[in-house]
Amino acid sequence: MTIRPPSTALALIGLLALTGCSAGSLGSSDSGGDGKVTISYLIGNQDQDVKTAEQLVKDFTAKNPDITIKTETRPAGTEGDNIVKTRLSTGDMPEVFNYNTGSLFQAIAPQKNLVPLSDQPYVGDLDENFKKTVTADGQVYGVPVGGFMGGAVLYNIPIYTRLGLKPPTTWAEFMANSAKIKAAGIPPVIQTYGETWTSQLFVLGDFHNVAAVEPDFADKYTKNQAKYATSPAALKGFEHTEAVHDAGYENKDFASAKLPDGLRMLAQGKGAQYPILSGVVANMVATYPDAAKNVGLFALPGDDASKNGLTVWTPGANYIPKTTTGAKLDAAKKFLAFIASPDGCKSQTAAGAPTGPYAVKGCELPADVPQAIKDMQPYLDKQGASSLALEFVSPVKGPSLEQITVEVGSGIRKAKDGAARYDEDVKKQAQQLGLAGW
Amino acid sequence: MSTAELVNHKPGRNYLLSAVAIVVSIVVFIIPFAFIVLTAVKDRQQAASLDFSWPHQLRIVQNFVEVVKARDYMLVIAFINSTILTVASVAGMVVLAAMAGFVLQRRKSRWNGFINFLVLSGLIIPPAVVPTIWVLQKFGLFKTMPGLILIEIAFGLSFCVLLFRAFVATIPRELDEAATIDGAGPLRLFFGVIFPLLRSVIVTVVVVQSVAVFNDFTNPLYFLPGDQNATVQLTLYNFQSQFSTQYNLLFMNILLITIPPLIMFLFFNRQIVAGMTSGAIKG
Amino acid sequence: MRASAPKAYTPYSNWFYLPSAIIYGVLFIVPTFASLYFSLTRWSLFESKFIGLENFKLFFSEPQLVKGFTNTLIFAVVTSGSKVVLGLLLAVLLTSQIVARGYLRSVVFFPVLVSTIGVGITFTVLMNPDHGLINGGLSALGIDGPGWLTDPKYALLSVAAVDIWKGVGLATLIYIAGIVSIPREYLEAARVDGASSWETFRRIVLPLSRPATVTVIILSLIGGLRSFELIWAMTRGGPGFTSDVIASVIYKQYQAGFYGLSTAGNVVLFIAVTAIVLPLSYFLNRKEVDL
Repeated sequence: MTIRPPSTALALIGLLALTGCSAGSLGSSDSGGDGKVTISYLIGNQDQDVKTAEQLVKDFTAKNPDITIKTETRPAGTEGDNIVKTRLSTGDMPEVFNYNTGSLFQAIAPQKNLVPLSDQPYVGDLDENFKKTVTADGQVYGVPVGGFMGGAVLYNIPIYTRLGLKPPTTWAEFMANSAKIKAAGIPPVIQTYGETWTSQLFVLGDFHNVAAVEPDFADKYTKNQAKYATSPAALKGFEHTEAVHDAGYENKDFASAKLPDGLRMLAQGKGAQYPILSGVVANMVATYPDAAKNVGLFALPGDDASKNGLTVWTPGANYIPKTTTGAKLDAAKKFLAFIASPDGCKSQTAAGAPTGPYAVKGCELPADVPQAIKDMQPYLDKQGASSLALEFVSPVKGPSLEQITVEVGSGIRKAKDGAARYDEDVKKQAQQLGLAGW
Repeated sequence: MSTAELVNHKPGRNYLLSAVAIVVSIVVFIIPFAFIVLTAVKDRQQAASLDFSWPHQLRIVQNFVEVVKARDYMLVIAFINSTILTVASVAGMVVLAAMAGFVLQRRKSRWNGFINFLVLSGLIIPPAVVPTIWVLQKFGLFKTMPGLILIEIAFGLSFCVLLFRAFVATIPRELDEAATIDGAGPLRLFFGVIFPLLRSVIVTVVVVQSVAVFNDFTNPLYFLPGDQNATVQLTLYNFQSQFSTQYNLLFMNILLITIPPLIMFLFFNRQIVAGMTSGAIKG
Repeated sequence: MRASAPKAYTPYSNWFYLPSAIIYGVLFIVPTFASLYFSLTRWSLFESKFIGLENFKLFFSEPQLVKGFTNTLIFAVVTSGSKVVLGLLLAVLLTSQIVARGYLRSVVFFPVLVSTIGVGITFTVLMNPDHGLINGGLSALGIDGPGWLTDPKYALLSVAAVDIWKGVGLATLIYIAGIVSIPREYLEAARVDGASSWETFRRIVLPLSRPATVTVIILSLIGGLRSFELIWAMTRGGPGFTSDVIASVIYKQYQAGFYGLSTAGNVVLFIAVTAIVLPLSYFLNRKEVDL
């Protein structure tokens, strides 16, 4: 049986198959032997993440000329979650990768996929709260990149000064302030539903206030005994989202505006208050230098001024997958040790304004941090004035919260209904994780 | 007189209709494209306002250089990768699908229903990412360009077979019989007689599938990960967040990666028209 | 192969299927069957647990399901219907004696070439309610344009409009191919009989471009039912869940890490699309004849 195509077409295909290799990298190449090692480092593709990673690599390789680190980017957000899981499960993860801590960390099966770091000397220097969010079965798996973040309200200080307002500690004060700001012709609350994740802050950032009223909420929540829709304290976050919309306090283009729009409005005084993560401050200050002193921060207000406090996000972390071995593993561990050292923090500070205190002992914030970051410190210093966000104390986090809060904040869905919908959403996640009681 | 004229057998040209068509085409098709071009050559501040205006300063070269240089010349690598991927996979699809479509149309057997079902399934069923990666890993093809080429061929076959089967139906069987009597075997018959007659549908398949493969981003994202393996759509995807406040660069990128399909279209445009208007294929 | 079966010699060798069958079978059929198994499991990519039909139960209790199905049907019917009608009209127009025909053919086809993400980004910007070009143009005419992508009433239809904008060129191309292949004897005969343009269209062009219509309907209906990329690039199913289609619901489940559930969703979507397309395809192809 001979098949001899009389056409050139098949020959063409054969030729293409032979040359059908990837273009690869232009220029640099892996230099094998002579003790030199090249490792890859996978990071999210957000502007600030890339800058930080490149600075870290630059400073690290300056001290370790035998190690070359190539950064590789992946999409951020849920698309990134998928890439990380796919690459881990197919044994194709770069030697070091950056990923979230807390509930998302638990979902990548750390015991199975990651190299434990508990035996590393720097583990003792890591912040206790942080360590909890990268620990599974008693083993620590990650080192922090970036600082703690606050889920809070950023506000325009000149507007507050001009109208004689002071940062609110209760929801009633917040609404009263907003009424005055609106009367002055400025949109009181900036919302940017063009980027849906930014809509969740009234709910997620309110967790300190929830925990202040119901200290065991997180535990019960994990065990399927507490619900957003039925816990009056937890429901508040949804109600606040709704209230801001009903009062007409949002900027006119809230439905289509994106994060950069929100930051511009805030920095330029075209909007007064923006509930958001303090992680965005670096970017804002880079674009609008005046915002460093003109934008302040207060925790999301609850009902009780005496219990008001800040909800805190722990930094993301760098991990090493189990597929990293030999000389590459040593190099990866060295890299992590550098990140978890005061020099590593300095390197990060050089890449952009910190988002909050670092999770490594001996790392100081520079004196010239933006005002908004300074405003976080009193909450962190005072006993009981800050709590970790729910996603760091419970593995249960539903995927659709951002769509739900957009609906509630746009008047498409009622607060109570939205909370119930979120409780439904969470169920799937808990079952997926195989938690007891679901 | 052309076929077209026979359809609308008015003696002269219809100028009113032409004018309306041209005006509508400008509003509906040219303005969005002009918007991409204008935004691509603006400076950062002006681009941020996202309006339809003449650029204050033309930054064609600067924006171009900045986009090309971003992330270590990722765009250049991406263009090379995408070209290899597109040419190889489309060539594969055309030959393999034409062979399958030919036999499928010509040879009636009890398997035909089942094969047709498989073909249609390929259009309907979304590919299963992770099991596909496992298979590729078994053959050592995961994260390789040949692997991705085979993937694109596998996912594109259905559409091509469908078109080829329909088109083969228009080629008279007498040709096959004549060629067979002349002593042509199956391969000679197909590649020597049938394949050349498929030219116009081949052009259609090439245009449509090249665009699909060139513009594909999910498959490269999953099956050929890594920045050094980037394809052009992935650069757009990456730059979308990196350039979140730099619309000029984002649109410059859109513009640049639209040029290859555009050139291809301009190149094949004549062929499409020629292949179609000749009408000779109908035999 | 020639020697083995001399009595039933056929020039249509089954070997022609072989290369396609291998590639398609190994890279598509095998993974698809593997995923069928996983639709019966709770699957985290790292481990899977057999749970029978639980995923299907869960999928059908998805609060977004009814809305998603309705949206999917609306989207598919609106886009494929518009592509059939506009594609045919444009094809007739573009095969007629019209000034600048080459230019018009090119611009109509041009959007087919632009990547979905590029189109999505561009139109998201153009459709911005406050500073988008579309509402800017409308306000110049004294019309207050809506939030095309941010108003739940319009979001889905706005995306559908962009999908038509992007896809009508292909439909037109298929129709042009159909129209120019109409044997000219028919048209000449019609002309001799003194038929008007409308009669020629109605009695000759329309019936004889039936195969083209079938192709356009089947392709755009399948595309519409599975449509996802453009919706994802433009609204991500939003605002909230209002422009969610089945494919985006499944994709979100997938992204959330519910791999078993989303695989089950894909099975359901496959069955639903097959249930719609197969009978339709059979019905439409019934009268197809070999020319």
